[in-house]
Amino acid sequence: MMDFFAQLFGSYWPEVSLTAWTLIKIVAIVAPLMGAIAYLTLAERKVIGFMQVRIGPNRVGYFGLLQPIADGLKLFTKEIIIPSASNKFLFLLGPVLAIAPAFAAWAVVPFDLNMVLADIDAALLYILAMTSVGVYGVIIAGWASNSKYAFLGSLRSAAQIVSYEIAMGFALVGVLMAAGSLNLGKIVMAQQGGFWQWYWLPLLPLFLVYFISAVAETNRAPFDVAEGESEIVAGFHVEYSGMAFAVFFLAEYANIILVCMLAALMFLGGWLSPVPFLPDSFLWLLAKVAFLIFFFLWFRATFPRYRYDQIMRLGWKVFIPITLVWIIVIGAMMQTPWAHLFH
Amino acid sequence: MFEGMVFQDFVFYTFAAILLFAGLRVITARNPVHAALFLVLAFFTAAGIWLLLEAEFLAIVLVLVYVGAVMVLFLFVVMMLDINLDRLREGFWDYLPMAGFIGVLMAAEMVMILGSKNFGVDRVGAPPPKPADYSNTAELGRVLYSDYLLTFELAAVVLLVAIVAAIALTLRDRKDSKFINPADQVKVKRADRVRMVSMPSFKEPPADDAANNTKDQA
Repeated sequence: MMDFFAQLFGSYWPEVSLTAWTLIKIVAIVAPLMGAIAYLTLAERKVIGFMQVRIGPNRVGYFGLLQPIADGLKLFTKEIIIPSASNKFLFLLGPVLAIAPAFAAWAVVPFDLNMVLADIDAALLYILAMTSVGVYGVIIAGWASNSKYAFLGSLRSAAQIVSYEIAMGFALVGVLMAAGSLNLGKIVMAQQGGFWQWYWLPLLPLFLVYFISAVAETNRAPFDVAEGESEIVAGFHVEYSGMAFAVFFLAEYANIILVCMLAALMFLGGWLSPVPFLPDSFLWLLAKVAFLIFFFLWFRATFPRYRYDQIMRLGWKVFIPITLVWIIVIGAMMQTPWAHLFH
Repeated sequence: MFEGMVFQDFVFYTFAAILLFAGLRVITARNPVHAALFLVLAFFTAAGIWLLLEAEFLAIVLVLVYVGAVMVLFLFVVMMLDINLDRLREGFWDYLPMAGFIGVLMAAEMVMILGSKNFGVDRVGAPPPKPADYSNTAELGRVLYSDYLLTFELAAVVLLVAIVAAIALTLRDRKDSKFINPADQVKVKRADRVRMVSMPSFKEPPADDAANNTKDQA
């Protein structure tokens, strides 16, 4: 079979096979991701349901297990209404720009030792760049809708994401100082040695700042002023319906899984086993990511929404100084005999 | 398929064409928001071309800083402006000769410096391709913090001064501002806002009232 293809493409075979392999790998990442997103919506409704002493969706399939599929079908068959006063091209470009970076960032995420699509050295920078591009989807959607509520939502979102990106970036600076590498695989391998060697302990302030900033970056409760149902209806996606709306949802959940994945890789030892007598495995990574995602759902069920000026104050006056101080602490500690604590 | 054409050339020309188109649209687009978005596209494609040059750090930082932060704030401002396009174009023909002169001058200067006489392949030569494990980022960091430490620190100080100046310019006390100090709000205790009143939960109806009521009904 392979020989047949090799003959067919002749001298182009190396390029063609590389492209085909890469495409297969991309599908192998994106397809399970889509499934995870679909079932994350169900998990969210179930978890929040139980936290509010409700049952949650339980009509479609056993325990409501087919609910995401039913939702997807419903959204597929609904009409995408384009407001007549909107800028049509940008209106439709908005959801695309929201979801493309959310998926593109997964290219450099390692799932196990050497199990990564693109093993590039500047992986952390690449992820920061991709997540920062994601804000365009929200901004363009809000502006192109030509609606006051959508526009207010997108302005809030732009200011919020730009602010928290700085705290997030500084938290990552601490990680790369400790690991001495921007490559996510190397960052994980630098945390070898069990539960107490993972970076959550020496970089605890950065871990907390990163995780809370991640909640803000993904526009989730309690930082979801970009949607803010009580004051601006649904914020930037108020004019969207059908699949265009669903794509924003997909992007949001893809981003949640992505930031939890990064937190697990950088602070919780990725696929490394917490105890020496169990082997390292991809399953550990899954468990850690699921554990972190649970916090996102928990936050949503627990905290009331932040007021806008409080969000800005938290980001600029609390988180950024914390990260700066801790970066100095790491740098100073590395020159002392206790440097091994910070690897 | 592409006879005599390496794939990289194909990518380069595609990116270069998009870059030129986007750059042109930045100055010709009627709507300022469209112009800003074309500038974003121009930055993004320029980053792609830098990636082809194996300058991955610069390419990613271009996207991170310019696309991810600077242009977001730029769009933020441009979107909120109510710009009258006709007034914007009023002096177009008056300014054209001056602008054209400056443009030609800049183009001539660039040709003089970047022309093939000084920067041709035979002059500079293509840099040898780096091995796969060569880290552009680490090399750049090493050079910045050793050979160019003073210049680097100087640039940092200049930026710091700019930050302080920008904050000082916008920091003014407005009398009509409804600003609330969040620290005071956080410090609020229950006793400052709520007063506990002790009341019996049930009140005995007065006996004579009850007697009056029955009399009225009768």
